[in-house]
Amino acid sequence: MQKNIMLFCMILFSISAFSQEDLEEVKITKKQKGIKKSYTLTSNTSVITSKELLKAACCNLAESFETNPSIDVNFSDALTGTKQIKMLGLTSPYLMITEENIPSVRGASQAYGLSFTPGTWIESVQITKGAGSVINGYESISGQINTELLKPLNDIPFFLNVYGSTDARFEVNTHFNKKLSDKWATSLFVHGNARVAKNDMNNDGFLDNPLGKQINVLNRYQYYDAESGLVSFINFRYMNDKKQTGEVDFDKDRDRGTTNHWGSEINTERFDVSTKIGYVFKDMPYQSIGFQNAFNSHNQNSYFGLNLYDIKQNSFYSNLIFNSIINNTKHKFSTGLNFTYDQYQEFVNVTDYSRIDNSVGAFFEYTYDNTDNFSLILGGRVDNHNRLGFFVTPRLHMRYNPWKDGVIRFSAGRGKRSANIFAENQQLFASSRTFSILDNSGKIYGLNPEIAWNYGVSFSQKFKIFNKNAEAGFDFYRTDFQNQAVVDLMQSPQEVLFYNLKGSSFANSFQFEFNYELIHNLNLRTAYKYYDIQTDYLRGTFQRPLQAKHRFLGNLEYETQLNNGKQWKFDYTFNWSGKQQLPYTASNPVEDQFPDFSPSYAVMNMQVTRVISLVFEVYVGGENIGNYKQQKAILGAEDPFGPNFDASVAYAPIFGQMYYAGLRFKIK
Amino acid sequence: MKNILLIALITFLGFSAQAQTKKNKNLKYTTEVNGNCEQCKKRIEKAAFGVPGVKTASWDISSHQLTVILNEEKSSPADLNKAIAKVGHDTKEVKATESDYANLHSCCKYVREE
Repeated sequence: MQKNIMLFCMILFSISAFSQEDLEEVKITKKQKGIKKSYTLTSNTSVITSKELLKAACCNLAESFETNPSIDVNFSDALTGTKQIKMLGLTSPYLMITEENIPSVRGASQAYGLSFTPGTWIESVQITKGAGSVINGYESISGQINTELLKPLNDIPFFLNVYGSTDARFEVNTHFNKKLSDKWATSLFVHGNARVAKNDMNNDGFLDNPLGKQINVLNRYQYYDAESGLVSFINFRYMNDKKQTGEVDFDKDRDRGTTNHWGSEINTERFDVSTKIGYVFKDMPYQSIGFQNAFNSHNQNSYFGLNLYDIKQNSFYSNLIFNSIINNTKHKFSTGLNFTYDQYQEFVNVTDYSRIDNSVGAFFEYTYDNTDNFSLILGGRVDNHNRLGFFVTPRLHMRYNPWKDGVIRFSAGRGKRSANIFAENQQLFASSRTFSILDNSGKIYGLNPEIAWNYGVSFSQKFKIFNKNAEAGFDFYRTDFQNQAVVDLMQSPQEVLFYNLKGSSFANSFQFEFNYELIHNLNLRTAYKYYDIQTDYLRGTFQRPLQAKHRFLGNLEYETQLNNGKQWKFDYTFNWSGKQQLPYTASNPVEDQFPDFSPSYAVMNMQVTRVISLVFEVYVGGENIGNYKQQKAILGAEDPFGPNFDASVAYAPIFGQMYYAGLRFKIK
Repeated sequence: MKNILLIALITFLGFSAQAQTKKNKNLKYTTEVNGNCEQCKKRIEKAAFGVPGVKTASWDISSHQLTVILNEEKSSPADLNKAIAKVGHDTKEVKATESDYANLHSCCKYVREE
């Protein structure tokens, strides 16, 4: 009898043990959205989550915006394979690009910097349209892109991503993570990529995309102590990127510096060290102080045929921020100091353009939030720069929610920057153009700093159609240049002119967006964009070259219900680009001319992901599956040292369709 | 003259020293407030911010806990409880009047404890 009771008790116990385990297994997971648009933030900011980044499996930050309506990804120039991004129709130099709020892609790294951050390192990307915050600097004009990398304290112990594609590009990403103590954690990211085979699909004798090799290593440490309120990050990074392009028969050891075959190499080496320390005051969670420091050394050695271009930039950035409140948390403020030092050693052929830039500035930003339907950020900063002089930068953002699920925003602000005309336009070295700077009174390359005002309004509304979630919205932004370093390709196909803006230059951008959940787990995202960007050139007023007036984006995503850790994910993106103004070439012989405008075209990308288990998934995909190719990619390809050679005009894909496959493996 | 200055200084310093020993400028105070929904949250927090010296206020819908940081030199936790009751929400310390409770929107008519 006693035995039976014991047995009964034991069974009861084991049942209860089981049921407890079952209880622990219950997980409520909220489905994460790829792009999150806030209805409570003051600025017009959307956040790209890591989920969205997985939709375009490849490869780096520049390529991760292809499914995003706020940013246009332009086809890489015919030579270097680097994709250019634009916001509000303006190229990336007019954006403030930061990595964990430290300015990252600037100066010497302006052209290729976005391809130096591997996609798998990224936790999220915040995109703010219009005038940015004054905290990080005065340079942003059309917007701000901030990238957050994976944080050591909440990363998984091991991650592996292997990728290969039909254009002979291979890529490996490995992440290692270790918790050193309950307060310290470290991550080691190792990235390598290479394109090993020569591709010439259009038989013009030139590579369609460059041969390349990149090694990129990041080691970061994170410290967090909730009791003392102390937080810290320390990052060390090394990158080495080598690209070779030009004629298929070009041999860099044999033909460099000769006219046997036209070829180009762009080799970059970079070191970065950055530290962050933050302290939240005890008993005053609304008050904090932060101190950021970053040092980097960027060294690019390159040649484009017989054009030599070398740039080395050593820079130091420091930012001290104090955050607190006035009376209560409805009134917050941030104030602090920035210091920037940039040493450039720049050589264009034999001309030495070396210089040292430094600036020191103070900022104050006030935020009012009624904790309900209205908020405002008013910011200002004063800077003293050895070349730009002493100047004031005001910025304003406002948000109002007139009714449920609707938001109206307004922003205005001023930006000022010195154009690194060679670094930002270095694709033009791949041509026979002569470079002429027509002004000589300014402080940077003889030019004056660029100054622009940006104004914008936007409206978004969420609603239901047939009981399914929908969202619609529009925004309109205008950028007015008071001064600009004009890059003039509209006068002659044999030259590029740089000069200070004489007349007017503006960029109007209008975007309409509509998103809808068609059926459960099938989401449609659409956007139409209209750009009117005009500049008064030396002779004539033209649309900005290589900028479509009309663009359309469509994205469809579908995923099956997660079942035992197994899942299918499908993603399809459609990008249509209207006709684009092309550089002037009418004075060339007929066979070496472009028409005034490019044809319109569409590009389609697709990807299928199979999640096999919690630790393993595989993906296959295709880019440009409609196989659209730019008919003539390089002018004067048969005589690359002749007067009509130009490899800088890429308005559409040069390489046709491309397919890829890869796998991801994680240990949790 | 010197003496007056000294007296003034001593009084002032003495006062502030006393005040500091007694009153906390950053008192963290948590109290239970009755309510149901997002609308209640807005009303409760708005009322809390209306009390002089309240620096932060946040009411959690699920736990009903209102957490504030307040400057005791400007007001007391009792003042806070009164202000919350005045807009119709019962706290552990102060009950709202019938008429203040009746003014609440129907979605905010929480179940009153006896």
